Amino acid sequence: MTTNRVNTDDWGDRGTTVLDANELVLNMGPQHPSTHGVLRVILKLDGEKINGTECVIGYLHRGVEKIGENRTYTQFAPYTDRMDYVAAVSNGMGYCEAVEKLLNVEAPPRAQYIRVIMAELQRIASHQVWLGTHALDIGAMTPLFYTFRDREEILKIFEKYCGARLTTHAFRIGGCQYETYEGFEKEVLKFCDFVEPKIGEYEALLTTNRIWVERTKGIGILNGADCKALGVTGPVLRASGVKWDLRKAQPYEAYAKFDFEIPVGDHGDTYDRYLVRIREMYQSLRIIRQAVEGLPEGPIMAKVPKIIKPPVGEIYHSIEAPKGELGYFLVSDGSTQPYRTRIRPPSFVNLQALDKMVRGMLMADVVAVIGTLDIVLGEVDR
Amino acid sequence: MLNQLTSYLNSNQTPGQAGNMLWVLIYILVVFGGVSLFVMVMNWVERKALAHFQIRLGPMRVGPHGLLQPIADALKLFTKEDVMPEGADKAIFWSAPVWVVLTGFTTLIVVPFGMTHAVTDMNIGILYMLGISSLGVLGIIMAGWSSNSHYPLLGSLRSSAQMVSYEVAMGLAIVSAIVMTSFTGLGMYGAGTTPGVGTLSMIEIVKAQQAQHVWFVFKFFPLGFMAFGIFAVAMVAETNRAPFDLPEAESELVAGFHTEYSGLRWSLFMLAEYAGMVAVSSIATTLWLGGWLRPFPNLLPGSTWDLAFSFVPGLTILFVAAVTIRQALKMPQHPALRANKIGMLGLGLFIAFLGLVLFIPGVRVRVGDIFWFCLKVGFFIYLYIWYRATFPRYRFDQLMKVGWKVLLPLALGVLIVTGVVGLTPELTAWVKGLFA
Repeated sequence: MTTNRVNTDDWGDRGTTVLDANELVLNMGPQHPSTHGVLRVILKLDGEKINGTECVIGYLHRGVEKIGENRTYTQFAPYTDRMDYVAAVSNGMGYCEAVEKLLNVEAPPRAQYIRVIMAELQRIASHQVWLGTHALDIGAMTPLFYTFRDREEILKIFEKYCGARLTTHAFRIGGCQYETYEGFEKEVLKFCDFVEPKIGEYEALLTTNRIWVERTKGIGILNGADCKALGVTGPVLRASGVKWDLRKAQPYEAYAKFDFEIPVGDHGDTYDRYLVRIREMYQSLRIIRQAVEGLPEGPIMAKVPKIIKPPVGEIYHSIEAPKGELGYFLVSDGSTQPYRTRIRPPSFVNLQALDKMVRGMLMADVVAVIGTLDIVLGEVDR
Repeated sequence: MLNQLTSYLNSNQTPGQAGNMLWVLIYILVVFGGVSLFVMVMNWVERKALAHFQIRLGPMRVGPHGLLQPIADALKLFTKEDVMPEGADKAIFWSAPVWVVLTGFTTLIVVPFGMTHAVTDMNIGILYMLGISSLGVLGIIMAGWSSNSHYPLLGSLRSSAQMVSYEVAMGLAIVSAIVMTSFTGLGMYGAGTTPGVGTLSMIEIVKAQQAQHVWFVFKFFPLGFMAFGIFAVAMVAETNRAPFDLPEAESELVAGFHTEYSGLRWSLFMLAEYAGMVAVSSIATTLWLGGWLRPFPNLLPGSTWDLAFSFVPGLTILFVAAVTIRQALKMPQHPALRANKIGMLGLGLFIAFLGLVLFIPGVRVRVGDIFWFCLKVGFFIYLYIWYRATFPRYRFDQLMKVGWKVLLPLALGVLIVTGVVGLTPELTAWVKGLFA
């Protein structure tokens, strides 16, 4: 027979199950409906029970970091949008800020406020995509369509602002390229009023749904110490009871000026992560409302040279992306291109926790846990 | 032959009972053809209804409002390449879908669409249905095993465990309905005086409900309702539909036991699944919702109301026709939509014609039964779609927990209490006798 089989020789002996049989090795992905792209997980199963997992990544590797070293600082900005493609605005924002820090300039207040509004809209959009796909993985089809319907309104705002919906490239190094369009404030506030009851609608479908609660409570538990050991960040970390949000801990942009809370969970299970993200959406709305109300007048671009040549040095700058800490490490040798670009994507680091979370659980929980980690393979593989 | 043809029309027995083979053949064709057609319609309705639950339009391209979509799908499936995995056990792989369809359709021969409208009536009808429908799981195991692939194997394992577990609760719920056929009175709406019959025959069960003047779902309220509820949950699990669709859990097992199947074979699995839905829905209808009986037999009794209700089928069909024609007229004026518009108008007129035919006295009398039965089955089918749009999926162990720890004790309790309640007169007499 010439069937292609998974080569499992290089990851140890197969254990035996209670009935003295060999473990079943199941190859999940890279073409599987619920691995959120091209993640491949090799599962060792005892019946339905998980005895071990191995993630195989790299199917979407495009060498983004290497590209960054062969482009000028300005040219690389659009590439960052392609990493976490459901939260392009946040990626671009992190990169622009890192270069700004390297250049030692600061975006003017108006630009900062616009960035905050856009980034928080993007956070809501990202969480909506997460919620829809996560629910779909657990078997609830309908939330997907509800969340995508409402995300559409955010994309419309993006499109009006910068002409693109998904890979926006909304910001420039030193500020924003575009002034807000006519009626921007009104539209954003209208969106906030529109989406608030809609989030309630998602909750009505899921939060107290018996099956949903049973499928998510106590699944994939990760305590605070584990999170810190594994470097897990974002809502996954906060659901484990660690109050760590870069928007509060190391305020960047104008975040220090806004009044908002950091939702924290107690148990670190899938249900808590769900609640944390839902509550984060409400907090994002709060920030957006404050930012729109306080949107200052003034320029939107700082004084940045036409050709960006940062002084020799290095910088690590991280922001709170929807999925966790998104960090950019740039080394400048004084030329127009960075000597080294290194990106710390939250999905990649969070994915490490998968094995710890699913060991001993059932096959169906793997799907739930992959969903709750909210990974985007574009970001994992880069 | 002519004699055989006409004698049935005047008889009040099913053709199988009367030994009228000509009509048996006709009924087999009508039932199987009808159910296949119903599956196609169901497919369209499911996609449309599900789409509207999910703020989509569903199929809109093939024919007006996507009406021809099931036909297009069937054609596509027929012409697809027939793939068989290299390592598959060929004979079993080949026979699994045939087996599943066979069992799925054979159950339907005892389904009473009306007092005389069944292929045959057996004195163990309900037992027969349960037995044959649980044979279907064999086909699923065969499919999962012979595919020689991990996902189908896991899917078929889940399926067999699930079906076996839920059959227990389902069987107990059915028993409590059967027990009810042998008890008179104490119903929610008045007490009948007809002595109980105690029967397993599908037709006799409905007749018992008619004689006792109560649908069993309302009998010994809330006992009948609870048994009905247990069955309504178990039947969803039995047919592997959401939220119990673990064997084919799309997001976990890709497609479960039929992952390796494609084309015609795959469509046979689908056909069997939908036929299974019809079968269990018709069990529920027969046992608890009064089968072919018209609604409100107690609140609105009498021959005048009988006559009034006999117009309902025709009026309903006319209403459907009116909706169709209205939708056709609402279509935008555009050359590209002209064929669609004419087609939809034609369909509307055809349905209207059918509706008018139903008003002919001879037809009206004979078709009322079928209409009410199909309406009740349709209600369950709609529930199925509704569940699918609303619920997440249970996990395997949770499913087992619900089956064994919740439904089974509940069903057992309901059965015992039903027995006690039904025997109240005898028991009181016995107690009185003790103290006399």
